[in-house]
Amino acid sequence: MDVDKGLMVKLPPWTDVPPDENNENKKRNTFIVLVNANNELLVGRKGDEKVMQLDEIRPAAVSFINNNGDGSCTECQGSNKDPRSSENPSKAIISIQHDRGTSYQIYVKVRNELLAAYTELRDDVSVRKFGAAFKDLPENKQEIVAEIYPQFISEAEPL
Amino acid sequence: MAQIRKKKSKETPPVSTASLPDIVFMLLFFFMVTTTMREVTLLVNVKKPTATEIQKLDRKDLTTYIYLGSPKDTVNYGTEPRIQLDDQLASLGDVQAFVILKREEIDPTEQPKFTVSIKADNDVKMGLVSDLKEELRKAQALKICYSTNPAGDKPEDLYKIY
Repeated sequence: MDVDKGLMVKLPPWTDVPPDENNENKKRNTFIVLVNANNELLVGRKGDEKVMQLDEIRPAAVSFINNNGDGSCTECQGSNKDPRSSENPSKAIISIQHDRGTSYQIYVKVRNELLAAYTELRDDVSVRKFGAAFKDLPENKQEIVAEIYPQFISEAEPL
Repeated sequence: MAQIRKKKSKETPPVSTASLPDIVFMLLFFFMVTTTMREVTLLVNVKKPTATEIQKLDRKDLTTYIYLGSPKDTVNYGTEPRIQLDDQLASLGDVQAFVILKREEIDPTEQPKFTVSIKADNDVKMGLVSDLKEELRKAQALKICYSTNPAGDKPEDLYKIY
């Protein structure tokens, strides 16, 4: 039997109120991935974006999530502690922005890269703490790991 | 010398039917193995993207599929990507009612696990997909799945854009 497989996404509930994201704290903790109609990528911390190729997203996202600027994440290893990058993994938010003309294929690939960045970090902690990859852990241990690196991938309305 | 000679019957012997059950069972099993349940007739072209971070959708009964792609019947429907719900092409306005109806069909205790799987073509533009997502959000169907094929081991599969 063919089993359906795919990238699982949880959508936010419908609201008419647009979110405001203009304070300085949020700026530091927001990592923007912008895909335009020509499928070009502009990636980076808010206010510090760079043009990137698809395979550069993953390392950039990993170092952003794992930055641990305020040092409150005790399990994080290899953090840069850059004062301009994210404070800790539970505050780090990744925001995907796309155009109406962006192709679905590149969008899925970008999302896949961002999920892969989280998988990389979670696997790292899982192996260190429990000696197995994240997906092989029992559910209660997965929760512990997921609490260290919670997934925040938000999506803006198309430009 | 006297010879004992078997008396040969002149008619041809009847065909042995001893192997008949074997043949019947063989055919039966053959069809059982090769038959798949009919799901929907695709009216749109769907070539799914590839990804690595995929999860299985193991409960088919809790999943509803929405297909996005350019119509196969270009004479009547043109080439602009369309939405297919069940066996027919639909417009964006039909999505909410369709999803709500599908959710009502499943057991109330399992309704929170209701998932909408979006099977969209590589070349569909995100404008259509985000309109669809907006409709799903309005219909309170918040668990969605972008259906993809697993990527091969080669990194080219993942980073190449066709």
